[in-house]
Amino acid sequence: MNRLDTIELIYLVCAVSFVIALKGLSSPRWARQGNLIGAAGMVVAVATTFAFPGLHRIGLIIVAIVIGIAAGYPAARLVKMTAIPQMVAAFNGVGGGAAALVSLAEFDKSHSVASTGTAAAVLFSVLVGALSFSGSAVTYAKLQELMTGRPIVLPQQRLLNAGLGVAAVGLVIWGLAAGSFTAAVLLSVVALVFGVLFVLPVGGADVPVVISLLNAFTGLAVAASGAVLRMTLLIVAGTLVGASGTLLTQLMAKAMGRPLPNILFGAITAKPTTAAVEGDDVDRSVRTGTVDDVAVQLAYSRRVVVVPGYGLAVAQAQHTVHELAELLERRGVEVVYGIHPVAGRMPGHMNVLLAEANVPYEQLKEMDDVNGQMGLTDVVLVVGANDVVNPAARDTPGSPIYGMPIIDADYARGIVFLKRSMRPGFAGIDNALLYDPKTTMLFGDAKETLTSLVGAVKTA
Amino acid sequence: MNETTLGLFTIFVLSVFVGFEVISKVSPILHTPLMSGANAIHGVILVGAIIVLGTGQGSVQTVLGFLAVVLATINVVGGFVVTDRMLEMFKGRRPGGGSRGGDGA
Repeated sequence: MNRLDTIELIYLVCAVSFVIALKGLSSPRWARQGNLIGAAGMVVAVATTFAFPGLHRIGLIIVAIVIGIAAGYPAARLVKMTAIPQMVAAFNGVGGGAAALVSLAEFDKSHSVASTGTAAAVLFSVLVGALSFSGSAVTYAKLQELMTGRPIVLPQQRLLNAGLGVAAVGLVIWGLAAGSFTAAVLLSVVALVFGVLFVLPVGGADVPVVISLLNAFTGLAVAASGAVLRMTLLIVAGTLVGASGTLLTQLMAKAMGRPLPNILFGAITAKPTTAAVEGDDVDRSVRTGTVDDVAVQLAYSRRVVVVPGYGLAVAQAQHTVHELAELLERRGVEVVYGIHPVAGRMPGHMNVLLAEANVPYEQLKEMDDVNGQMGLTDVVLVVGANDVVNPAARDTPGSPIYGMPIIDADYARGIVFLKRSMRPGFAGIDNALLYDPKTTMLFGDAKETLTSLVGAVKTA
Repeated sequence: MNETTLGLFTIFVLSVFVGFEVISKVSPILHTPLMSGANAIHGVILVGAIIVLGTGQGSVQTVLGFLAVVLATINVVGGFVVTDRMLEMFKGRRPGGGSRGGDGA
């Protein structure tokens, strides 16, 4: 067996480890082991690559890897749990960028002799990888609140998109026909611009779906780079991520009750219907309660449902909310958490945070479970959430979130909102539930309010 | 390397099915870690980046290859570390949506 065959065989073992990793990540029991198996496979794959025949410039490669570790490791280690979604977006974007660069570099070497098939794989990888890179950058900026989370539609965006589309098609034809490196470089520039335009019109609440989609895109770009280099490992791993990422994107879109095209292009094609929705805010007032009132209301309830949202993550209030829940349980109140599938900025975001605070799994209820019991619930305690309890999703056909499944907090006997202000949620729309006579508002930082509530419940 | 185009295409098609199959029954609790873990796995482009940099000639290929290795390393290292941090929090507790008293209340 020659050296290349041995390397291929080891790569096969690595590819299998990635399959096992994904399988493990799908089960709560084996998730962590799965991830470690994937990481081990990756280390072996990278180490094996150094034995590749004809590989030069080992020093330069090691310098580049050290720079990458110095940039990636501390960022991943130090990032706060609240900022995880944008971190995943960033890591995904650099992967897409790397795939595009690999294909470009290989094309620079081989474009004069490349087959049409190889040229097609290069162009696909460059297009999709670069799009994923810039798209992820905008996603990062939106989640990190470096820019507004609202949908941004540029004037003449459809025209602009069409123009970019025509340019891309032209460059692809040029690249295929002439095997032109210049065409591939220009295509990457077009793709970078298109990635920005692709994500700008997506509303903040829908950004998680876009991260998942761009993740799948990067996977496909990596697979295409694998086709360029004729490396099975890259094709297998990239395609695995592309396929599973597509499926995950669909699951997420389904959880939001909206078809994917609507999430991605809704803002571009939308007719201005929101005026009618927000027109009737005459004589509406909110009821602001005191901590003591709410403490009594909670302490003498039989059933309380906590609905956490992104505000909980921002305030780092997961430990305090758990403390309050334990206190109430000791008084005989039944407390469960109603987890909306897209609460926070990623599916499962709330589960991750509450797990950090040692909230037992059994108390984390999915949306359908809590909705079934809503009529028997005395208080719904909404902590830093808004859109996921907005009845407009059920009742107001013109609303941007119409059709999204929500937690039916309005069917409970009482609702308490812990909010920083009357500012609308991430989707940027008003919530009629805030003005409901059953609703009490407690303004302020969720953590501080919860801490005061804990104190007040003790004496209630 | 030495595979035929048809052979590579076969592998691609089969991988699509494996990718769909392997995550078809994932609980929503694990959506975020799964996405993050998959994100780390496509960092395997690092292998391609190393080969491109290590076999490249001329400044264009060197610069592109060098950048590719840096970016791909960030993807790999960051991806696996962040995923592990997320999963660390689930440690030591039993999974599943088992119900405790109260569902029948």
